[in-house]
Amino acid sequence: MKKSTLVILLLLLCVVIAVVPLLTIQNSEFGGADGAAEEAIGTVDPDYEPWAESLIELPGGETESLLFCVQTAIGALLLGGGFGYYIGRYHKEKDAGEKTA
Amino acid sequence: MSKNEKKFLSLSLMLGLVLGVTQAAGAMHIMEGYLPIGHAVAWGAICLPFLAWGVIRIRRIAANSRKSILLLAMVGAFAFVLSALKIPSVTGSSSHPTGTGLGAILFGAPVMAVLGIIVLLFQAVLLAHGGLTTLGANTFSMAIAGPFVSWGVYALCRKLRINRLVSVFLAAALGDLFTYVVTSFQLGFAHPSVTGGVMGSVAEFMGIFALTQIPLAVIEGILTVVVVMGLETYAKPELREIGYLAKGAA
Repeated sequence: MKKSTLVILLLLLCVVIAVVPLLTIQNSEFGGADGAAEEAIGTVDPDYEPWAESLIELPGGETESLLFCVQTAIGALLLGGGFGYYIGRYHKEKDAGEKTA
Repeated sequence: MSKNEKKFLSLSLMLGLVLGVTQAAGAMHIMEGYLPIGHAVAWGAICLPFLAWGVIRIRRIAANSRKSILLLAMVGAFAFVLSALKIPSVTGSSSHPTGTGLGAILFGAPVMAVLGIIVLLFQAVLLAHGGLTTLGANTFSMAIAGPFVSWGVYALCRKLRINRLVSVFLAAALGDLFTYVVTSFQLGFAHPSVTGGVMGSVAEFMGIFALTQIPLAVIEGILTVVVVMGLETYAKPELREIGYLAKGAA
């Protein structure tokens, strides 16, 4: 199997793993697991009072998703830029090698 | 280890112990305020030597393998991206991968303690995800325990002569899973159940975190393999420099 085919198949597999629960589990909002843990603390340790709160109170889900997007964008930019540099160098060296050969 | 590095490590140990008390440490996946202050401080203090070790390793890389600095930034970016992806899972709730396995495999686990805490700080301060009081505990689970498991699993697999990409997959996936097992224990210690004690509560949290995490660990394993495949093709000189590929190998 060609390497690129394998990569595409692997990425497709990731998508499938993420999408299957969405299709098969009804009546769920897919809230964060940390929220579920908060509830669990409420049941196993009902007297516990959280003693600190987050520094900032985000106005709502939209702002939060914006910030998560920014995080992903910063990471993806670096990752893509790095790969771009490596791939460019790889081809340059390959071309140079062919010319001298 | 040079004299200066020794000084730096011991200074960080002391400073860590002192500052750990006043700053009350922080973490990532455990929500702000959900660990008693004693636990928060203790987890923070445990992290400090690992962070110092990581800083020393990063300085080494910056000084001796200049070529690999871009690669180091990329593995940090990988953790940045992956820990922002909240993916739906079989339990009906969502969680995110950690992305720390890649760096642990390529650069060794200590480096990820530093890169991981940067991600956790970003999320705690700007995203209200995790928290500053739980930063120590979350750093320990995501940036120390997980990467060390990845590092160990990878080394073990290579010793057993398992295919390199399969080793990468197992290391990344198990490190991801272990992060959440540790989180379950941290919450279990902090909130023992009235009926089942610490272990009862650990089981409860394990059901929430670890179960949700299994499919995500598989995704993390696959994505890590894809990135490593790309690097093996295009970044051979760097991989040789950091010792991932044998120096003489083609």
